[in-house]
Amino acid sequence: MPSRERVEKMNLKGKVALITGGSRGIGRAVSIRLAGEGAFVFVNYARNEEAARETLRLIGEAGGEGQIVRFDVADTKAATEAIAGLIREKGRIDILVNNAGESRDGLLVRMKEQDWDRVIDTNLKGTFNGCRAVSYAMMKQRSGRIINVSSVVAQSGNAGQANYSASKAGIIGLTKSLARELAPRGICVNAVAPGLITTDMTSAMTEEQREKVLEEIPLSRLGTPDDVAGVVLFLASDEAGYITGQVIGVNGGLYM
Amino acid sequence: MSIEEKVIEIIVEQLDVTREECVPEASFIEDLGADSLDLVELIMAMEENFGVEIADEELQKIRTIQDAINFIKKKKGLAS
Ligand SMILES: NC(=O)c1ccc[n+]([C@@H]2O[C@H](COP(=O)([O-])OP(=O)(O)OC[C@H]3O[C@@H](n4cnc5c(N)ncnc54)[C@H](OP(=O)(O)O)[C@@H]3O)[C@@H](O)[C@H]2O)c1
Repeated sequence: MPSRERVEKMNLKGKVALITGGSRGIGRAVSIRLAGEGAFVFVNYARNEEAARETLRLIGEAGGEGQIVRFDVADTKAATEAIAGLIREKGRIDILVNNAGESRDGLLVRMKEQDWDRVIDTNLKGTFNGCRAVSYAMMKQRSGRIINVSSVVAQSGNAGQANYSASKAGIIGLTKSLARELAPRGICVNAVAPGLITTDMTSAMTEEQREKVLEEIPLSRLGTPDDVAGVVLFLASDEAGYITGQVIGVNGGLYM
Repeated sequence: MSIEEKVIEIIVEQLDVTREECVPEASFIEDLGADSLDLVELIMAMEENFGVEIADEELQKIRTIQDAINFIKKKKGLAS
């Protein structure tokens, strides 16, 4: 029965996953989705413990299991130690989703150095920190999946987001290089590049801005966190075993 | 277990070679067929097992099994 086979191949039973920035938005949807397929999910967050607990509750509702873990992905020492600790605890790490991210928008001509540094540190260095902390364990296992969350603006650019789009384009270079480095060990490294997704991050948009982008989205709607979570689940599953070094757009056609 | 034996045990496991192939003068790349990723894994396994840190500059000088054994001994203060 091919359909049953397909369902089984999406199954993540026995797998251990870490989702950075799993307390809200896209990271929460990914956490619930992967846990719902049977993975044990570590839900990372930076500040918002209550939101992280809510993700955990929703994981339970979906019949899954997980645990919250606090660290700032930009803090190399803290992130490295925390990730080493959870690998030790579970004895393995199968899936890493580098999703934690932030934006500090403004035109480059007036951009503060701190706003440049902070966004690069969280988004790009944070992704490096996560990748490095799991690589050796995955190499030894001879298996693993790393999924990095980039953005459509890495590919298209966006006025007012020089720091953010640079960090997200950096993630694409990192993803492709690491995909080549880890391929001999059977580890796949890919990126997803969401378009406009309704989360806290995009809630600050004005109605006017929203109308304007909608005109440019062929599927003429904003995306949902679940739209992204489905693609991440696929990339984490056995179905995607021959995909590495790719950037999968989840943008309603906004960028082709 | 002596340092020599432990080093060879790690190499046998990491590089999937036999104990007989692990003569002191065997070179990791030419004789034991290691690639750059194998070398990194091997070094990390040694760091883990012996509780030492091996810098990238030092790594370049470790070409053979004897080099690795000497290096670990030196790090451990057991100069040969
Ligand atoms: N929304 C979009 O339209 C869109 C489009 C393209 C790409 N993306 C990317 O998708 C990812 C998720 O975005 P989102 O819209 O879901 O964002 P969000 O709703 O603002 O959530 C951000 C998440 O990241 C966590 N986080 C932020 N900084 C962190 C740090 N230094 N260390 C650890 N965790 C940190 C937050 O944790 P706390 O709850 O503790 O603050 C939160 O869980 C980001 O990488 C973003 O750039 C989003």
